[in-house]
Amino acid sequence: MDKQDGVDPGALRMNDPWQDTAGAGLWIPDQTAPEAGPERTRPEGAPRQDLETGAVDRSAVYLEVQDSAAFQEVRARYRGFAFPAVAAFLVWYLLYVVAATAAPDLMAHHVAGDLNVAMVAGLAQFATTFLLTWAYARHARLRRDRAALDLRWSLATRTGQERVR
Amino acid sequence: MSEVGFNGGSLSGGYLADATGAGEHQGLAIVLFTLFVSVTLAITAWAGRRRSSSVEFFAGGRLFTPMENGLAIAGDYMSAASFLGISGLIALFGYDGLLYSVGFFVAWLVVLMLVAELVRNCGRYTLADVLSARMRQRPVRIAAGTSSVVVSILYLVAQMVGASSLVGLLLGGHGAARTWTVIGVGALMVFYVSFGGMRATTWIQIVKTVLLIGGTITLTVMVLVRFHGNPNSLLHAAAANSGHGDAFLGPGLKYGGSWTSKLDFISLGLALVLGTAGLPHILSRFYTVPTARSARRSVVWAIGLIGAFYLMTIVLGFGAAAVVGSDTVRSSNEAGNTAVPLLAEILGGGAGTTGGTVLFAVVGAVAFATILAVVAGITLASSASVAHDLYATLRRRATADAAKEEGEMEEDEVRVARFAAVGIGAAAIGISLFAQDQNIAFLVGLAFAVAASANLPGLLYSLFWRRFTTRGAVWAIYGGLVPALVLVILSPVFSGRPDALFPGVDFHLFPLENPGLVSIPLGFLAGWLGTVLSPEDADAGKYAETEVRSLTGAGAA
Repeated sequence: MDKQDGVDPGALRMNDPWQDTAGAGLWIPDQTAPEAGPERTRPEGAPRQDLETGAVDRSAVYLEVQDSAAFQEVRARYRGFAFPAVAAFLVWYLLYVVAATAAPDLMAHHVAGDLNVAMVAGLAQFATTFLLTWAYARHARLRRDRAALDLRWSLATRTGQERVR
Repeated sequence: MSEVGFNGGSLSGGYLADATGAGEHQGLAIVLFTLFVSVTLAITAWAGRRRSSSVEFFAGGRLFTPMENGLAIAGDYMSAASFLGISGLIALFGYDGLLYSVGFFVAWLVVLMLVAELVRNCGRYTLADVLSARMRQRPVRIAAGTSSVVVSILYLVAQMVGASSLVGLLLGGHGAARTWTVIGVGALMVFYVSFGGMRATTWIQIVKTVLLIGGTITLTVMVLVRFHGNPNSLLHAAAANSGHGDAFLGPGLKYGGSWTSKLDFISLGLALVLGTAGLPHILSRFYTVPTARSARRSVVWAIGLIGAFYLMTIVLGFGAAAVVGSDTVRSSNEAGNTAVPLLAEILGGGAGTTGGTVLFAVVGAVAFATILAVVAGITLASSASVAHDLYATLRRRATADAAKEEGEMEEDEVRVARFAAVGIGAAAIGISLFAQDQNIAFLVGLAFAVAASANLPGLLYSLFWRRFTTRGAVWAIYGGLVPALVLVILSPVFSGRPDALFPGVDFHLFPLENPGLVSIPLGFLAGWLGTVLSPEDADAGKYAETEVRSLTGAGAA
């Protein structure tokens, strides 16, 4: 399957159950630039050493962006979802593991037929994982992707170095 | 990926002689193996025709779609031992085996939420790219490269010992046959990687995932049909035929004994859930897609596939207990690895029938394909670490003043990676032959524990902690890696037990088999301590760059 011609990454959406409609058209195919030798296209062929000494300008730009309200918003949205979600499922998973070792009687309690608490909790772990995956993907798509892309473009024009590394 | 309980040492080659006529199995299984190997070699030849830029070799051109990459991630993660090992554990220990499925699966949320997108945005080919982005390159790259190679080799050895056991199981081979299997698997994986690079490896993973999922669905449907689609009657029959009755469905059969065994389980649970996000061959998969958004969508695909797969292994495990019976499984293989092949044989019509023979051979071939694909993925990731992190760093200093052309450097890296694959393959073959008769569960638990202790703390700190410094990064890596390795050497896995690596002597000081419970917190602690004791402050500008890039994708490769 040859994709060297710069296929839009969204082209496969047809078969993708996780497709989004809201974000369609959002991905200007910025990836179509030839991948072969990004390093060679470094401005003025500047070697790596120059990048390090000349980092002042870039640092200033990145510091300014980091301070900007737009970026703070993206970061707050990302952290506001990811951190509590990670904390919640880690606690829920550890509770599940510890309960199996510390409270086996409770876990062996029957709920319905041969189904016991432990089995239900195990299946619930699967269910919450699927659910959180869906929720995270949806949140990122609707609340974060567009703002992040805007920032990426404004940065690319300011630093003139879309591909630095 | 989850060889827990996949006990290489106790597999007996005599199984087939007891079960059915070995000849039919062997013939069909060998035909199917050959078919898979031919397909993978064709893929490698096709991928190898391309010009070998470093992006092509290490990242497969970066233009895979999320679905393709999701299939490949799932392929990298689901090993034969998940397929055979976890179902076997469930068949033997009921609920306690199920806990493994849950741990291996939940771990993906860490990858999805904290790692995948940010790693895609910050790095080019390896974990060390991300860790060293805001640090002094040399020490951090060497540390991260070293720990990546250590994790990969541990993992590789476990897989290859698994392959040798599988051949012993399927073909009834003894000593020489198993030795040649290890050498053959090693040679194949070196060939895939050094000639086909990431593109061939990815397509091999995709083919393997399709085969594995297809085989698993077939067996699961057959189990469910046998029980008329009623899970309750499946559970009931499983409990009845397990010899444990109702206790089979509750916790405690395997980990219910002493407090050390309970702690051991918690330790393993912790390593499993945190280790996945530090596995080099999983992280390097995110670089094969163009953007962070595609990386996220690949993980979503992978989670869908892996979740479905682990749910099905639960059905297969209970199905094996119900249909085959735990005692029969145990008498065939003490670690339970033969549960699924035995189940397949009975579902196909029983020993000696055509259906039984075919299904048994198919299951064996799928398991073998799985191992081949997984070892290729790991070999590629570790040779990337050797070339891109270790070699490039050492070389860069040597030629710093020569102002060597960047492009030439990259070509060098690809060349070195091809040779590194040979070296890593040889090392893995050597260690695997030495460890051939050992229990490999500890190797996988160790690989996860080392990944969680050495790679994850540094990765999370450098992505999220403003004050993190070079010294903190180096300490985090070695502070997790060294305790993890030392604790394993001092554990009952190495000495003091009849089934230990060195059964004759006893120098075990640490009671747990899995070091995670101690070494993971130590890794985080060392990273914090190194940062606090650092003579220099963190570079605010570089952190700004890392943070902005990680969340927006600006300047991403």
